[in-house]
Amino acid sequence: MADPLLEARNLRKSYPRHGEAGPRVVLDDVSLSVSPGDVVCLIGSSGSGKSTLLRCLDLLEPIDDGVIEFRGREISDPLVRPQEVRRDIGMVFQAYNLFPHLSVLDNCTLAPRKVHGMAPTDARAKATELLERFGLGEHVAKHPDQLSGGQQQRVALVRALCTDPALLLLDEITAALDPELVGEVLEIVRSLAESGTTMVLATHEMAFARDVASHVCFLDGGRILEEGPPSQVLGEPTEARTREFLRRVLA
Amino acid sequence: MSASTPDAGATTGAGWQPSARELARRRTRQQQHRRRVLIASVATVVVLGGLVAAVVLSPGWARVQATFLDPHHAKESLPAIAKGFWINVKMFLIAEPLILVAGLALALIRQARSAWLVPVRGLAVVYTDVVRGIPTLLLVFLFAFGMPALGLAGIPTSLFFWATVALVVSYSAYVAEVFRSGIESVHPSQLASAEALALSRAQTMRYVVVPQAVRRVVPPLLNDFVSLQKDTALAASVGVFEALFAAADYGNYKFNFTAYVVAAAFFIALTVPLARLCDALTRRMARRERAGAL
Repeated sequence: MADPLLEARNLRKSYPRHGEAGPRVVLDDVSLSVSPGDVVCLIGSSGSGKSTLLRCLDLLEPIDDGVIEFRGREISDPLVRPQEVRRDIGMVFQAYNLFPHLSVLDNCTLAPRKVHGMAPTDARAKATELLERFGLGEHVAKHPDQLSGGQQQRVALVRALCTDPALLLLDEITAALDPELVGEVLEIVRSLAESGTTMVLATHEMAFARDVASHVCFLDGGRILEEGPPSQVLGEPTEARTREFLRRVLA
Repeated sequence: MSASTPDAGATTGAGWQPSARELARRRTRQQQHRRRVLIASVATVVVLGGLVAAVVLSPGWARVQATFLDPHHAKESLPAIAKGFWINVKMFLIAEPLILVAGLALALIRQARSAWLVPVRGLAVVYTDVVRGIPTLLLVFLFAFGMPALGLAGIPTSLFFWATVALVVSYSAYVAEVFRSGIESVHPSQLASAEALALSRAQTMRYVVVPQAVRRVVPPLLNDFVSLQKDTALAASVGVFEALFAAADYGNYKFNFTAYVVAAAFFIALTVPLARLCDALTRRMARRERAGAL
């Protein structure tokens, strides 16, 4: 097996609780390994720690314990500048989080121009090409609020892709969308997976996970309870909790 | 899964003990923290020291000290200024609630959509435009000298009263615009969901829009409060014996400006705690609303 692109070992994350004794443990001894080309799907009910795990991997949340390595370098070290790490990691959020004051094109060229030092014309050309490829060519000059949810989420994906990230983190990107808009977003993710993009995604779309994932992790109460290839975790789960979860979401 | 670094003590659940790696990280963070504290301290000392040195080493420092910072004159002018400052405080305490009410009313009138209120809406627009265009000092003159001059029966002639009215008139126009920007910053989806609950327009404003708007405009409102506190000194221009007038009075008799510094200290002593209080309130509100959310 090739060296992992991203590796997390024994992650622990807790939040202080208001009015109660002891912290609320959100991630408890979580380990995860992502090799180039992998598509890792995190499944589990709300509050199981999927989003927190993704946020920790992008260093948006400090971890309480454990190690995160990206390209063989420990990025959980306090001496590592998070901005440096995030240059090579793309993240897409459930609520799109596009900048409402910028046009679609400007949303997509902001980081390439200001962080990656791309010439404005190059950044625009690249963003336009990606937007066109994902069927957003006619919307480049519009502002995010003028677009549908599905269109906004596709723009958010393009925004994350414009910097050529080595790893893409997708946090329930279809959870806020109408069922009929889910397809258009997942289609993009599918084509990215086919072209070899490395991704870690939290999702509630089990059929999609079965099709696209190379590895599925079932999180429950902040722990990875079961993991393996999709056919095994989604097809023949060994844990009772996994079976119960799948029964509920597939019902 | 790599097992190359089995972290000692990375156990789970309630029995969790930080691993050696985490302890090392904490030490690093502590070092970083200490470094930041050190840098901050050095920077502060250098900047403040530089400023003090620049002032104290300036050629005219001895003269400035004698005319502006004389302890004897400070002590002697203090009682009169303190007495005068109480008038500033009274003026502020009376004017501020009136300004808030008038400002919010003006802002709401401008947002009203009722056909009956169209003429009032026009007046509100004219009021804010015209009043904001007039220097506050001029308003103080106009009200304090002009109103009693009308000679109408029953109209108060107190200068304190008319100076306060001038401040209320002037500041309510500014505050109305602050409230209006707050009201307009509430997202349309909030209006939609309030309307969807069949709330009337007035109820939507009262229960949904204004509470959110007020929270957002606390910092700019504070800015206007502080400004108002200082502008109570404009009453000195029409002869109200407040802090600035008392200081000027003292300075004119004793040829020493220390009294002005004393008056300034009084104003600062009032505005700084207010600013801190407002910051604390804003933080508390933000914490409560974001509790638990990422």
